[in-house]
This record gives sequence, structure tokens and C-alpha cells, in this order.
Amino acid sequence: MKENSILDKKSKKFFKDFRLGVVFLYILLIILAIVCAAPFYVMIINATRSTSQINSGLSLLPGKYLVDNYIEMQDYQNIWIGFKNSIIVTVPSTLLAAYFGALTAYAFSKFNFKGKKILFAIALATMMVPIQLGLVGYYQLMRGVGLIDNLLSLILPSIANVSAMFFIKMYIDSNVDDSILEAARIDGSSEFYTFNKIVLPIAMPAISTISILNFVAYWNNLLYPLILINSLGKFTLPVYVSRAAGSYNQYLGAQYLSVAIAVVPVIIFFIFVSRWIISGISEGATKG
Amino acid sequence: MRKFLFNKNNYGYIFIIPFFASFFIFLIYPVFYSLYISFMQYDGISPAVFVGIDNYKRLITDKFFIKSVINTWRIWLVGFIPQMIFGLGLAYLFSRFRIKGRNFFRALYYLPNLMTAAAIGALFGMVLGRKSGAVNQLLIKIGLIDEPIFFLGSPVWSSTAVSAIQWWMFFGLTIILFMAGIKAIPETYYEAASIDGASSWDAFWRITLPLLKPIMIYVLVTSLIGGMQIFDVPFTITKGPVIEIGGPQKSLLTMAVYMYNTAFNYNNRGYGAAVAWALFLIIVIFSILIFYFLRNKDYGRRGNRK
Repeated sequence: MKENSILDKKSKKFFKDFRLGVVFLYILLIILAIVCAAPFYVMIINATRSTSQINSGLSLLPGKYLVDNYIEMQDYQNIWIGFKNSIIVTVPSTLLAAYFGALTAYAFSKFNFKGKKILFAIALATMMVPIQLGLVGYYQLMRGVGLIDNLLSLILPSIANVSAMFFIKMYIDSNVDDSILEAARIDGSSEFYTFNKIVLPIAMPAISTISILNFVAYWNNLLYPLILINSLGKFTLPVYVSRAAGSYNQYLGAQYLSVAIAVVPVIIFFIFVSRWIISGISEGATKG
Repeated sequence: MRKFLFNKNNYGYIFIIPFFASFFIFLIYPVFYSLYISFMQYDGISPAVFVGIDNYKRLITDKFFIKSVINTWRIWLVGFIPQMIFGLGLAYLFSRFRIKGRNFFRALYYLPNLMTAAAIGALFGMVLGRKSGAVNQLLIKIGLIDEPIFFLGSPVWSSTAVSAIQWWMFFGLTIILFMAGIKAIPETYYEAASIDGASSWDAFWRITLPLLKPIMIYVLVTSLIGGMQIFDVPFTITKGPVIEIGGPQKSLLTMAVYMYNTAFNYNNRGYGAAVAWALFLIIVIFSILIFYFLRNKDYGRRGNRK
């Protein structure tokens, strides 16, 4: 913008200041980058050091105690059970949220039926409801149907994932043309066939974006398993990590390792999908 | 049935059945059950006894509940203000200037947001440790302090630490959201302002900021809703041997932690449900206030111009 202005004394001074500003800006950006990455670096380094090394001071280089820490960690609790349970919960939850979210989004977007507006408004309004609000009721419900300490209690509610439904609806609204649906109907395609074979593929970009975000959200959930699950063999990973915290303080290395086991897969996952996540959030924000 | 399916629009009902069956059974019913039980004295075992609004009366005089409200607001505000400043500032710089490695920086800043909050709480519980913590070790090494600070032993430090973690986890997300908002502002506005002799500083205050209002409301409301429910980090960060749930002098006792403790550790389900409803009311009232004041001002200004 400034390039257009005539180079008088004032603008020369501006450019000098501007260059200084640029240097200062990059320093700030790099400091922030270090702030964001440092805790993860400390975590990985300390997962390979002995507790006495961790107590004695900072290190930038890894130690040789990874195996010892692993044995100590597994002696306390087998964290891979938590890992397995998290997958058992997260994968079906994500798929259910995606499929039924898309099916409902399609109905709201392309069909006219009585009560449509009210139902949609009620669904949207629940996005303001904190998860704590239904907690006592949900616990009682699950106890009533005998699903306490059953991973199914963590999966079932994902059939009604309001934010997934809303996100996919916005995409179907602007990307699925009514004429394609009419053409399919004239060709004799059943309504379910039309949804599965025509609408789902078109909506796939939105479905995959929201599914990535849902996967992470289900993977990170602590409160529900903390309350609904009570045996060690069925806890999910966040519960395992929170149990590890502080409970074997004499084994700091092992504790860092258990945090690393929860965090590193998410970092690797992010490296592959960061582009979709960031563009997905941007779209969600401007359209919503 | 055949007749019903002859009208294609009736398929709309069939398609939404699974979603809304699950929605009403697993989401709406528990919320109303919680409301019902909040008027009861109920320990989860013996039959519930109706107590009217006693649980709600108790909230007003319960010093732990009042403390939990103050703690939650303090943690949210101390983290949220810098989150907005960093989010807005960096989004503007990233959008208006060519910055090398922009996408890398942005992705890195966003990374903490995806992490399991329980693991982040556990991690910072150790990183902020008294002797073994990396933060103290670094501060001593560079000579800023002589004696290690007992971060998680002091109410002020531990509350501020949780705010800092919230900032750390959310400023990258805020950058992405504001960048999306800035991208939607037509470039011609800036060109026109530049022709009129406005500096980029003016352009930020006169163009970017006012036009970002919808996104700002969105960030403010979603952050408020999330911030009032904060649970994972304060719950896990204080699970050390010295510190009990709720942190030093209960400074990390947030509304959600208090609700969990009351309903599921002390099995006072009725009172716990009342705490949850109070939490919900706070969210609703302040969300409405935000919408009312920020929207209204905008219309008022437009009205004056006419």
C-alpha cells in the first residue's frame, strides 16, 4: 500500500522503521513458535531420561532411559489398553456422527416437511448447552439400561452430533443441485440409493473435514469416560493419562512417557491433515 | 405406508428419525432429568426426596460454589484477553503482509489446540513442577530467579498458569478464525482507504476491526461457552501428591470441577445438577448480553448515520 506514495523524507523514515519492524516481527513469530513447540520437546526428551536426571536439571538432548521408563510405566498400568479402548470408541463414534449427520443434513436441506424449522432450531440451540447439564441425567439413563462400564455408553450419543449435521448441511445447501436429485428420481433411483450413491460422494469434502475434527474431539474426551466407566480394562486413553498424572511421582520419566504416548500420535496425525483442518475451520467460521 | 412413501418429502421424516431419536433420548431427556433431579435430594442409591428449590437456595450461600464461579471467570478472562490480542494482531499481519513461512507458523500455533486436554494438564503439572519442572530449571539457568517458584502451590500462580495454558491452546485457533474473517473483507475497501491516504494502522482500526464484528462475536461466545465449562486441565494439573482436586486453596475449583465433585465424588446428584443448571444459566445470560450489546451498537451507529 505504501509503495505508491512518493519517497519524501517521511516515507524514507517509514521504510527504515518498517524494516526494523519486520525484524522485530520475525523474532516475535519465532519466539511464539518456540513457546508452542517447547512443551512437546521437553516431553519427548524427558520421556527418555531417568527421574533423577529430570530432577537435576534441563537437557536438550535425549537420555538412555526410554526402555526403563517404559517398563516402569507398564508396571503401573498397561496404557495400550487405554489406546485400544479409545480406538474402539472413537472410530464408530466418528462414523456414526458422519453418516447420520449427513443423512439428517440432507433431509433438512432438500426435503420439505412439517416441523422442519422447529426441529432444526432446537438442534442448533443445544450447541449452547454445556455437557455438564445432561451429565447426571445421562448417568441415570445409562444405569437404568445397564450400560454403565460399557463402551457403548460413550458411542451411542454420537448418532446425534449437531455440529456435524450443521456443517454438512451448509455444504449440501450450496453444492448439491436439485436438478441432479430430480434426474436420479426420474431414472427410478430410490431415495436411499440417491443419498448413498449421489449425495454422500458430493458432500464428502465437508464430511471428511468435520470427521477429522470429530475424531480428535472424541479421542480427547475425558469427562464422560471418567463418569461412565469404572473398570481399568475399559478406561480410554485420557483417563489412563489422568490416572498416571501424579500417581507415581517418583517415576517422572515414566509419567512423561505416558503423556507422550497420548500426544505423539495426535501430532503425527496433524502433520498429515493440518491443511484440511485449517481450511475446514475457516469455512465453518465464515459460513456460520 | 405405500401412500406415505409416495410423497418424496415424507422421506425427510425417515431420514431424520435416527438422528432425532438419539438426540431426544441421549441429549434432551438427560437435560430435563437433570432439571427434575435438581429439585430433589438424591444420593444415587436411596429414593429421591423432593426438596423444592433448596438446592438452588444453597447455591447462593455456598462459598465453594461462589468461589468456583469467580475462579472460572478469572481463568477464562486472563486467558481470553491475550488470546484475542494475539489472535487479532497475528491474523491481521498474516493477512495483510507477505510473511515467509506463514502457513508453517499458523499450523504450529494451532497444534496445541488439538491435543488431549487431559494430557496437556498432566504435562504442565510436571513442566511447572517445583524442582523437576522445566520452567523453573530454565528460569534458574538464565538467572531470572534464584529459588524455584512453587507454581502449583500458590493460588495466584496456579490460576494464572491454567489461563496461560488456555491461551497457549487457543490463540492459534483464534488466528485461523480471524484470518477467515479478514479474507472475506473485499480488497477494494483497503485500496480505497489507501487512495484516501489512510495508513495501514488506520485501515486496521477503521476497516478490519469493524467488519470483523460477526466473527468476533462468534469467537467471544464460543470461547465463553467453552471457558465456563473448563474441566480437563484444572482437573489433571493438580493431581500431584501435594495438591488435592481443586488446587491450592481451591483456586482451580472451576464450576465444572465442582459439579463433577459434588455429583459423582460426594454423590450429591441433586445439588450437582443444580450446579450444572447454574452453569448453563450463566452461559445463556452472558451469551444473550453479548449478542444484545454488540449487535445493538452496530444498528445504532447505522441509524445515526442516516
